[in-house]
Amino acid sequence: MSAARTLDVRGKFCPIPVMETSKAINEVPVGGILEVLATDPAAEPDIKAWAQRTGHEVVQVEKAEGYIRILVKRLK
Amino acid sequence: MAEKKSKLSIIVWSGTVDKLYPAAILTSAAASGGWEVELFFTFWGLNAIRKDMLDVAQRQIDRSYEQYAQAAAEAISKMGFPKWYELLAQAKGMGNVRIFACSTTMEMFGIKEKTALADFVDEVVGAATFLERAKDSTITLFI
Repeated sequence: MSAARTLDVRGKFCPIPVMETSKAINEVPVGGILEVLATDPAAEPDIKAWAQRTGHEVVQVEKAEGYIRILVKRLK
Repeated sequence: MAEKKSKLSIIVWSGTVDKLYPAAILTSAAASGGWEVELFFTFWGLNAIRKDMLDVAQRQIDRSYEQYAQAAAEAISKMGFPKWYELLAQAKGMGNVRIFACSTTMEMFGIKEKTALADFVDEVVGAATFLERAKDSTITLFI
């Protein structure tokens, strides 16, 4: 799955990953994928909660070396 | 999918950074998720949003934990975390956040002009306005 944009918030803490995701999602086309790279342990549950609320979809979560990769699909 | 309308209302009473951060962080997360947010700054919270107090408040911590003040300040700085008021200003820039100052406290503290307060303050109001705006909130907090 190829991302239209990558947001690197590694080293940032709550609420920055969610705030930045919320801004960055508007920079990918509807149906496109935003890739978020994060180290905050709250990033996965928080971005999932944010996506549920705002009507977007977390389509994949993948653990990488020392960080997590979250793919968010812009639905509207 | 229709967004559920949610509203967070917080009475920000405290003027120390260990309470201002939770208010600012919740506001930021809420603004990111499209919540409406109403903040009512009163007493020490109001004192903290005077332009000349923003950075002073950043260094102040509740007296019960004052032995940790230095360590907390260092940790926040090392994390590269925004200052509490920067976070609030950012939240305001991205969502539906309204920030009110309590008129009675302003008089008590001898603050005559709204211009003495941080630029993110929308309006000087009283308790009746806050109650009216907060009455349909999904979450209401006193911090």
